[in-house]
Amino acid sequence: MGASTPAEVEAAIRLRVEQVSYAYSVTDRSAPEFMLGPVSFEGGRHDLVAVLGPNASGKSTLLRLLAGIMKPLAGRVEVDGAEITSLDPKVRAQKVALVQQESQLLFPLRVWEFVLQGRYPYGRRLRFESEQDCVMATNALAQVGAASFRDYWMEELSGGQKQRVILARAMAQQPSLLLLDEPTQHLDIGGKIELLRRLRRLADENRHTVLVVTHELDLAAEFADQIVLLHKGKCLRTGTPAEVYDRALLEEIFEVPLEIEVRPNGRPRVSLRSNY
Amino acid sequence: MKPLTPRRVLAICGALLVLLFIVVVISLRMGAYPITVPEIVTTLFKRVAGRTDQIPSAFLLVVFGLRLPRIALGIIVGAALSTAGAGFQALLRNPLADPYVLGVSSGAALGAIMSLIFTPHVAGAIQIASFVGAGITIAIVFLLGRRGGQLDAATLLLAGIIMTSFLSAVIMFLMTTLSGRDLRGIAFWVMGDLQTPPVIGLKWLFLVLIIAAGCIYTTTSDLNLILTGEQEARHLGVNVRRVKLVVYVASSILTGLAVSVSGSIGYVGLLVPHVMRMLFGTDYRLLVPTSAIGGAILIVVADMLARTVLGTTEIPVGAMTALAGAPVFIYLMRRRVR
Repeated sequence: MGASTPAEVEAAIRLRVEQVSYAYSVTDRSAPEFMLGPVSFEGGRHDLVAVLGPNASGKSTLLRLLAGIMKPLAGRVEVDGAEITSLDPKVRAQKVALVQQESQLLFPLRVWEFVLQGRYPYGRRLRFESEQDCVMATNALAQVGAASFRDYWMEELSGGQKQRVILARAMAQQPSLLLLDEPTQHLDIGGKIELLRRLRRLADENRHTVLVVTHELDLAAEFADQIVLLHKGKCLRTGTPAEVYDRALLEEIFEVPLEIEVRPNGRPRVSLRSNY
Repeated sequence: MKPLTPRRVLAICGALLVLLFIVVVISLRMGAYPITVPEIVTTLFKRVAGRTDQIPSAFLLVVFGLRLPRIALGIIVGAALSTAGAGFQALLRNPLADPYVLGVSSGAALGAIMSLIFTPHVAGAIQIASFVGAGITIAIVFLLGRRGGQLDAATLLLAGIIMTSFLSAVIMFLMTTLSGRDLRGIAFWVMGDLQTPPVIGLKWLFLVLIIAAGCIYTTTSDLNLILTGEQEARHLGVNVRRVKLVVYVASSILTGLAVSVSGSIGYVGLLVPHVMRMLFGTDYRLLVPTSAIGGAILIVVADMLARTVLGTTEIPVGAMTALAGAPVFIYLMRRRVR
């Protein structure tokens, strides 16, 4: 990013996470079962941030805090300078879009109907979609390369296609911050690469920050601008892949012997050590 | 891409209203006193035009005194039950939900009977008591239907069935032990019919119907999203709690309203929204009004058949709707299992 003056740097920041922490406990008085944080990092426009960690590292909790569904115990999450939990739900949905694993549909729905749902935050109580909403939905579908199955039923789509449509609905929200929860989980390796390339391109084309929660070391190293490394609820490191990818550290966290080499483009490459 | 427009909603509802009018006219013709369709239509138009003095007094009595009140009651009950059915289906995210299947109708009936026993002379008490009965029942069914914090479709239906049979047993018990009192027959509360004119004015029933159904209508954009997924709806900015509360209260009021004047007529709330879904799609902005009108049509037709199929002997209208509704219920359940 070529921002130079402090004001421009400020305006380029989409997401600011300041000393955020959270704790779960069974009852109000008992000792917490799980603690997260404090976590701090910033995401600028065009940035692709990966929140990386093994299972039960607190990734999903952090994601919920970023989405504004849960209020942090301490610290604050700001999107475009506004504290996220203080926003009206609809305004929040104009700023933050969350892509999760698909849920079971109760009644059949067309792809375009599904994507138009992303325009909900921009409407009033009882709303009918406008011309402009349709244009937005069409653009969103085109952006994720799903324009050709606009008139399909949702249940006719394959897993990868469905995920693109879910992504299109999030794009239709025109968010400042796009959150994805383990988006590569049910995809084959080709699908994973394709999705991350697409997210990379979306981050470059649009003015938003893309944040992906994942446990895939190699993909994060290849595509992310910034890594937030979580382990057992603690934020161990934040920075570029080259800064965060320390062999001893990652081996300890993921409990496997790893090999890390730095490629000519400055990005680390991770592989399992062969004698394992 | 053809998003739903207000124009399309109005056009479809208009067409259904015309159909309702036709059904009403046919239903007005049925009965012991002979009156032709043209006579009915002219009578209706003269009344609307304010020229009541030109209508023969026999027609005035037969059409406005005897037949139309019952048909109007059927329209209100049908619209209330169908709207409540559509509401419960969205609230519980279950296409098999219906006031009768979930036991809500039985709860409302029990509430009404209690009010007849304890506060027999208070105006409107029976309606309020049936609303409370409906609300409590749906809350219990909702709690029983949860498994591990999640609403489970099969458990929910079982809870409803158990509530229905339990509440019916309580109703039977009350009716048999209190046989000396004027509480209408067991069949009325368990099956439902439109024979007895309500104590409360039709105007008031209609007003409550419009308000409660209107409240549900204001949430239809939100319901569309909730049906796709509750979590996702929340992320898209839907105030899920508020929407659910509105739909829960309004659907309970509608059920209580219908049951207090007509007993528990079953399967209307299941049958009608499903037919409307098949015809016009799943969008709640279209489904709620079409279900309301469709429910009115169904009850008017069912009551017409109930009055005429066996000559002078009347069948409870609830028996007619159950005859049609049960097979549809089985069909839907089989289709879900597949």
